[in-house]
Amino acid sequence: MSADVRLENVSIKFGTFVAARDIDLTITGGEFFSFLGPSGCGKTTILRSVSGFLKPSEGRILIGGQDMAGYGPNRRPTALIFQNLALFPLMTVWENITFALEVRGVKAPERRKKADELLELIALPGQGDKMVGELSGGQRQRVAIARALAAEPKVLLLDEPLSALDLKLRQHMRTELRAIQQRVGITFIYITHDQGEALTMSDHVAVMREGVIEQVGDGTSIYDSPGTSFVASFVGENNLFRGKVVSIDDGMAEVETSAGRLVGRVPKNAVKPLAVGADAHVFHRPESLRFASDNESLNVVRATIVNEEFEGNFWQVYVEVAGSAKVIKMSMVNDGSSSKRKVGDSVNLVCDPRLTVVLAEGPLAAE
Amino acid sequence: MGLTEFFRNFLQRNGIVLSVFLLGAVGFWIFFLIVLPQIFMFDFSFRYNLPPAEVGGPKDVYTISHYKFLVYGSAQSADSYNYIDLSVFVRTLGAAAFVTLFDLAICYPIAYYLAQVAKGGWARLMVLSLIVPFWVNEILRAFAFRIIFGTNGIINEALLSLGIIDDPYPFIRDNIALYAGLGYAFVLLMIFPLYNAIESLDKNQIEAARDLGSPWWRIHWRIVVPFAKPGISSGCTMVFMLTAGALAAPQILGGPSSLWFTQIIYQWFNAGGNWPRGSAYAIVLLVTCIAFVLVMMRVFKVKLGEIAR
Repeated sequence: MSADVRLENVSIKFGTFVAARDIDLTITGGEFFSFLGPSGCGKTTILRSVSGFLKPSEGRILIGGQDMAGYGPNRRPTALIFQNLALFPLMTVWENITFALEVRGVKAPERRKKADELLELIALPGQGDKMVGELSGGQRQRVAIARALAAEPKVLLLDEPLSALDLKLRQHMRTELRAIQQRVGITFIYITHDQGEALTMSDHVAVMREGVIEQVGDGTSIYDSPGTSFVASFVGENNLFRGKVVSIDDGMAEVETSAGRLVGRVPKNAVKPLAVGADAHVFHRPESLRFASDNESLNVVRATIVNEEFEGNFWQVYVEVAGSAKVIKMSMVNDGSSSKRKVGDSVNLVCDPRLTVVLAEGPLAAE
Repeated sequence: MGLTEFFRNFLQRNGIVLSVFLLGAVGFWIFFLIVLPQIFMFDFSFRYNLPPAEVGGPKDVYTISHYKFLVYGSAQSADSYNYIDLSVFVRTLGAAAFVTLFDLAICYPIAYYLAQVAKGGWARLMVLSLIVPFWVNEILRAFAFRIIFGTNGIINEALLSLGIIDDPYPFIRDNIALYAGLGYAFVLLMIFPLYNAIESLDKNQIEAARDLGSPWWRIHWRIVVPFAKPGISSGCTMVFMLTAGALAAPQILGGPSSLWFTQIIYQWFNAGGNWPRGSAYAIVLLVTCIAFVLVMMRVFKVKLGEIAR
């Protein structure tokens, strides 16, 4: 059983501080939806207001079409997984998992049965009688998920639950969370500052900045067609060139930058319109930079290699753009051709116009 | 870790001066102020009450007559048991247990509020207003309760003028003033251990329970109380021990017909001039209190180490 979550012009204020401003959003039932943004952008505030711990200062929150005003966290069809999990340390694993059922007055034998079922689901069979403290980080993580699922929520809310895990486990848990979501089919709302998590797991992502949603879309549209400079600089890595717009034609814009004239695509979903003569940001991803062939001239940047880092599957090549002290990054698949270049070489690089994005100047993500 | 190794580490960590001071101070405290007097008392309780001249003489032999007296009373009395002293003893323990539970009931919500709900300046103000009354000395506080609860006290005056009662209620005779006074006297000793315990509870646990649908009473029953159990035991132990051993409040606030066991002990030491019998009574009170606390700890599955946390 899943339910739509609708935020209608929701604003949340703490005194004079506006933590979330005019959020208007529909999360479709059964989807995996992520709020992505740096710390302090208001994403946790939104999650807490959906779960009922915070009251919106303005606007309404509807779950499954029903206005949630006046319903406390204990009466909402949501379950929240806390950042620190908040498992009950004095209860066994199975008591933790079935706490929601205990609250509803389900008898112990029946609860035990349900706990064993859920332990199967989270791949921890037979661990019900352990204390929470005896489990590893990843196991605790899964117990927290099971505890929330036992409440049979229509919406599961997750507040950066993977942030305490090490990298390997985190990547594994991403896959697992996604699999669990598809198996149980309920709406997942996920909070994270890790774009990798958001992009890999989500059907849709909302990128937030200072209490405002900058862009909502699926992973590819967020990554390939950022609507604002903030999204372009926050999600993934991007080389940035600043300049003035020279011309705009058929969705493509030409910008005069310190690296010469660059042509790029203006995303259809760009929030701020672009005008000739206005300041613009030109973004280009490190992985789509390539060496120019001799007869190319469009979007060619002359540069000098200043540093190389070897990451196994990738080379990160740092080049200084000719005529400016600007260092940009180029990611190259390790295809065995590295012997052809060395630090100090002059190179010509191409930013393919279709893979270059031009946006009106706007705030950027902090480095 | 062997004891010698422990001492070597201790010495290394703290240096010679600090080590000697720490061990010396704690040793003095435990041996001279606690163990030694208790041993004397214990020894005393098994001796006859002799005039000074005969102490150490041929008549100065060990006896359990004082303990027997507490149970059976004097040989001249018609009763086969010492009903008066025994009933006072039982009533004292019962009343101490009642005062302890009463304090727990009052202090738990306050401690919870201070530890989990109140913030910053407001919380500090509350703690201060709890502490400040204890700057007033015990005797004065007890007399203040007498004034409040007396026949012409403000409570009776208020109830009379509101027409709730027609005659003054005998708060003092019914020991209500005494229980209130004792309860109030040890409020802080209950609040602070509770506060310490509850304060270290992760707020997310409470929110998680609430999010999973729990009503407030179940959150307390299943999450907060189990977590605060060491603090609850610590507070209850202190309040129970001190209430059972209180003297000033029962003297001042006790009704005319009700004695506290400590008052009997005091009478034997003082007016009765019978130190050995007083010692015997005091030892019985001490041992019973300790046993009672240990049994309660066993019942509620609390370890001694947790209380000291």
